[in-house]
Parts: sequence; C-alpha cells; structure tokens
Amino acid sequence: MNGRYSRQELFPPIGKAGQEKIQNSKVAIIGAGALGSASAEMLARAGVGHITIVDRDYVEWSNLQRQQLYTERDAEEQIPKAEAAKNRLKQINSGITIASKVMDIHGMNIEAVIKGHTVIVDASDNFETRLIVNDAAVKQGIPYIYGACVGSYGLTYPVIPGQTPCLQCLIDHLPAQGMTCDTAGVISPAVQTTAAYQVTSTLKVITGNSLEAVIQSFDMWNGQHTSIHARRLLNKNCPACGKDPSFPYLNYENLTKTAVLCGRDTVQIRPASHRDLSLEEVSLHLKEAAEKIKVTPYLVSFIYENHRIVLFKDGRALIHGTNDVSTAKGIYNRIVG
Amino acid sequence: MTVMLNGKEVQIPDHIGSVQDLLTYYELHNRIVVVEVNAEIVLKEHYTSLGLSQGDRIEMIHFVGGG
Repeated sequence: MNGRYSRQELFPPIGKAGQEKIQNSKVAIIGAGALGSASAEMLARAGVGHITIVDRDYVEWSNLQRQQLYTERDAEEQIPKAEAAKNRLKQINSGITIASKVMDIHGMNIEAVIKGHTVIVDASDNFETRLIVNDAAVKQGIPYIYGACVGSYGLTYPVIPGQTPCLQCLIDHLPAQGMTCDTAGVISPAVQTTAAYQVTSTLKVITGNSLEAVIQSFDMWNGQHTSIHARRLLNKNCPACGKDPSFPYLNYENLTKTAVLCGRDTVQIRPASHRDLSLEEVSLHLKEAAEKIKVTPYLVSFIYENHRIVLFKDGRALIHGTNDVSTAKGIYNRIVG
Repeated sequence: MTVMLNGKEVQIPDHIGSVQDLLTYYELHNRIVVVEVNAEIVLKEHYTSLGLSQGDRIEMIHFVGGG
C-alpha cells in the first residue's frame, strides 16, 4: 500500500505477518480519560483494525492538560469523551473502525461490551470497574492489560487468562479509600509511560509474542523503576480465575448505582434499569425549576438548587457540587423521578 | 539499617523490623501492595513475622486507581 505501517513492519518481532494480525484485531479500551486517550491514539496509529472505546463522562477543561485526544472545543461543548475520541481517532486513521460507547460500565453490561475482542486495555479511573472488567475478561478468556497512574507514579500488569494470575488474585479487596487524582494530581509523563507499557503488552498479545506475569511500576519524577514477578500470587480459590469461579463483580447484587467521582465533588447516579430519556422533554419539564439549561444530542446540563447537573439520555446523571450520595440521589429523584 | 529499596540504597530507622513496619513507615499499610524481599514475594500473612535484615533487596509496588 502506501507504506503507512512500514516502520512497524520493519520491527522484527512484528513484521508483515504481525501487522496483518494487528489489522485483524479488535481492541476494547475501557475508559477514555488520560490513559484511554494515550492508548487509543497509539493503537489507532498502529493500525488496530477495530477499536471500541467506552466512557461515561464528557470532556472538561481540567482534562486538557493530559487527555491528548481532546480540544478546547470539546470541553466548551461538553462532548462525551467516547464521541470526541472517536472523532479525533477517525482523523488520525480513516482506515480503521472506531466504535464509541457513551455508557457506564457495570457488571450487567460489561460482557456484551468486550465480547469478540482480542484484547482489553484498562483505562478506567477506579478499582471497582477494573475488577468488573477482570471478571468478564477471565470469563471470556480475553487478555486484559491493567494500567493505572497517579501523581508521577504508574504501574501496569497483563492479565492473560489461563496463564497469569488475574487482577483479583493481586487485588483481593477494594481499598477503603481510593488513592486517586483528588489528593495527588497527575502529570502527563506518568500517563504516557503507563499507556506505553500497556500498548506494548497489547501489541505483543496481538502478534502472538509471549508476556510474563510481571507487575511493572515506575515513578517518573524520582526516576525509579520496579518490577515484581507475580506468579506466586496465583490464588487457586480466586473467585475469578480459580477452580470454581463465581465472578462476584458480574452479579446484580454487587451493582453499585451511585459513585462519588474522583476529585470532582460529584456523584454519579445510575438507574437500575436503562432508560431512554427524551432530552427535549426533560428540558421543557425543567424550565421553571432549573437555570442555564443546555441541551445537546447526548445530554442536558443545567443548574438546579445550586448544583450543576448533567443528565444523559440513558438516565444517568452527574450531580456536581456534592460528595454526598444521598443528597445526590434526592436531587436525582426530584428531577427524573 | 541499610536496604536496597526499589533499586536504591536507603537508610531505614532501626525500629523497622518487619515488612509490616516498613509499610507503616512509608504509609502504605492501608493500600494494596505487593512486596518482594530478596526476589521472593512476601504473602500478607507473613508481613509481621518476616524480619528484615541489613542489605535486603526489597521491591515494593502499590496499586493505584487513577487513570
């Protein structure tokens, strides 16, 4: 063709045969924040034939410092990240398929999202989603590349079902308090390095190169790098990859319907069942009670009782200006019912 | 006592006798951590019983949720 992938094909562990595998692969990226943007751009440029990108959020100004796919215009127009990512990725590579999903991942929908994919790239911002994806990935036998970062620190680990201990073996419980961007912030080099490791692992999986069960961590600011071989952490009784798995994160009982968003002073409310709201109708309904109502094809945003609220078509809402779940639920119920 | 921590030589106070003490010292005791001492992962149930010695090679990785 036009030599678009020639430099990658010249790299011996990939070669022409590897490039063909890359073009025939399907990668799901769970999250389109900082890590998701970085991974998606690399994978699109590498020529991954199909990329599915999933995110529940929309672009804000505080994202632009590190989330490389987004522009000021995306933030101004509050474009959902998955859509904004798709638009940019199509400009980068028009020869591949990009599927965007504006949705919140949970235990009831994850299996359908990842089905048929070659690899799953973790770009989530919380432990719960990661364990949900881990359960589904192990169940369907799809490699899942964990990555996370905060401050100048990041780490990555490949979950290869049947070969390496899964994420549940390594993280046997949800930490009481997430250590996230609200206390430590994050710098772009930590994002880029984490994503670089994840994409390397992804390309290795796709091209049939082997991966070891190694957790890699680094601190960009302090110039530290550490790796630990995780094989000893394999848990025979693991509820995800053990001999009698129950996949706890795929059970309805374990669905979380509210989430306090990292550092955002925001609560997300997710209705138990999927809704299909008419945003025009909602905005008419709110005309008296709310201010600054703005409707886009994807969401309606407004100010209600001094809270900025964003309501998506599927009934999900972000209640800004509170970390209190019950306050947020109360407001949600008052608006949506 | 001097140990090699994540590839760097560090001086740690003498009262640190176990992996648990070390995690507390670095304020990682409430986090999800994987610790390796002299190329062997230490299981959680051994955090208090496994003593540290001068010159030990320790690798510590903590999990974070950001992204």
